[in-house]
Amino acid sequence: MRLTDTLRFARDAATGYPMRTTLSVLAMSIGVAAVVILTALGDGARRYVVGQFSSLGTNLIIVLPGRSGTGGFNPANAITSTPRDLTIDDAGSLRRLPGARRVAPLAVGTSEINYGGKLREVMVAGSTAEFIPIRNFELAQGQGLPEEDWNRGSSVAVIGAKIREEMFGANPAIGQLVRVGDRRLRVIGVLKSTGQGLGMNTDELVIVPVSLAQAMFNSNTLFRIMIEANSRDAIPGTKDRVMETIKQRHRGEEDITVITQDAVLATFDKLLGALTLAVAGIAAISLAVAGILVMNVMLVAVTQRTGEIGLLKALGATARTIRLAFLAEAAMLSAVGALVGYLLGQLGAFTLRQFFPVFPAYPPDWAVIAGLSTALATGLIFGVMPARRAARLDPVQALMKH
Amino acid sequence: MALIELSGIERRFLLGDTTVHALAGLNLQIEAGEYVAVMGPSGSGKSTLLNLLGLLDRPNVGTYKLEGRDVTTLSPDEQATVRSTRIGFVFQSFHLVPRLTAAENIALPMTLAGIPLAERNLRVTQALKDFGLDQRADHKPDQLSGGQRQRVAIARATIMQPALILADEPTGNLDRHTGEEVVNLLEALNGKGVTLVVVTHDQAMGARARRQLVMEDGRLKADSGAADISNLAEISG
Repeated sequence: MRLTDTLRFARDAATGYPMRTTLSVLAMSIGVAAVVILTALGDGARRYVVGQFSSLGTNLIIVLPGRSGTGGFNPANAITSTPRDLTIDDAGSLRRLPGARRVAPLAVGTSEINYGGKLREVMVAGSTAEFIPIRNFELAQGQGLPEEDWNRGSSVAVIGAKIREEMFGANPAIGQLVRVGDRRLRVIGVLKSTGQGLGMNTDELVIVPVSLAQAMFNSNTLFRIMIEANSRDAIPGTKDRVMETIKQRHRGEEDITVITQDAVLATFDKLLGALTLAVAGIAAISLAVAGILVMNVMLVAVTQRTGEIGLLKALGATARTIRLAFLAEAAMLSAVGALVGYLLGQLGAFTLRQFFPVFPAYPPDWAVIAGLSTALATGLIFGVMPARRAARLDPVQALMKH
Repeated sequence: MALIELSGIERRFLLGDTTVHALAGLNLQIEAGEYVAVMGPSGSGKSTLLNLLGLLDRPNVGTYKLEGRDVTTLSPDEQATVRSTRIGFVFQSFHLVPRLTAAENIALPMTLAGIPLAERNLRVTQALKDFGLDQRADHKPDQLSGGQRQRVAIARATIMQPALILADEPTGNLDRHTGEEVVNLLEALNGKGVTLVVVTHDQAMGARARRQLVMEDGRLKADSGAADISNLAEISG
């Protein structure tokens, strides 16, 4: 039998039994759609997290006080139980470091902001002029913190968009004096609204000079030191130099933790990538189930069409012809199912993106290709057994089953 | 050379733990162009003989020579090719594929044999005309009368221009009148030189054949043509 005839014969056979064809196509399409949608979710989560991390700033190196538990037990750690604080001078010492473009110390605390009788609690970030560019924040009005000696902070503040709205409403905020804790500060800038992200919500943030914040909270420690490296390649070298510099300043003790955004990003990327893969694997099980269903349907087809198979044999069909016809039918069921499933999956992912615009739910190419080829492969593999059974039927017995 | 030459054919079936001899010690020669009716009670081995002649079944013992070629030793695929090119089947229950049109059913043996579409269409058009089915080409079997269905089946059996047509109770599902038509069609084919073997219960139909074989318990009980052949042997001997 010619290939086109085989395909036509299989197509007619499939459409001749609409119910069972629809059901097996449906099963296969649900499997493929599951792979597409679930991997779109997984990969969307990965992209979302990576995107959020990137928005923290580029080429970021972050210094935390205290040592994270690498390197095992150290007797020195046992004696000096409390780590040495990070100070403004520690941060200052990093400014001259090769490879570091910008350095910003960060002290945080909560306080109250008071203007015109309105009072609300706010998060206060004490930092320097370079904080805003390092974190990729943008100003809606006014300007950022002034360039000045880190140890003498002028009485100014940059406020978040939500605070501006709540405290000032329609009135201009720039130039107004507000009370933050026990200080009177002049508002010199307003941040652009960014919405909820990883880390801080800048909409409810008040940024003040770092020394002012320390005085306000009566402490001289820093929460973080943020360093922006010159380039991505400069990150590892700069990280080592930061470590070395602070270690020297802390009398040879490694009592800080230096993390790079890159490392965090890579970890999350790997973690969520693995998650996507796992989800795809689970979805692939439904494909295997669909494959078994196709086999079941084809076995039923062989039983249903036993008389026809006997006739084909009597008319001179070889075993190969019959095998191919049934295999083509199974392949067709899975191919159509895979295609329908792919479209359903893309539709599902599209719907997800419509409802959650911030969530980039695009199925990765590898998942789509793997899903479609698994569907076709299972359809074919599970089609082999029924096709062989059909080809092996005894023509005399088969003809009697008409 | 005889078209069909059966010698020492034996076909056994195992039913439970008893062996049934469907055919035993069968020797038979059918010349090309003969018109043979196979008769006998149910279970006498008529259908088994027909299946055997049609290469749908193999004998346990004995040889079957078709056109001088021993076909019992052929592989299943080689037998399929012989069926495709040399043998046409007509069944009692027509055995049309329900989802295919009359034209497609007639073309099915050519489709299976891989004959190009243009050639198929040509031959199907001719066959539809020959069998008075031109108006029914696109009808599905369930839209055809019994007589029309059997005509489609006969057109299908002849489309590959076989040397041998095997008909199993071809009029069994038809009324007297349409049955008569179908028999006339088959006899017309025989008139053109096709060897015709018909299995039938119908004495009247059997009587129309030039040679009658009567089967009983898997053996040939009577052969109206055998006398002639033995006579011939005596004369030549």
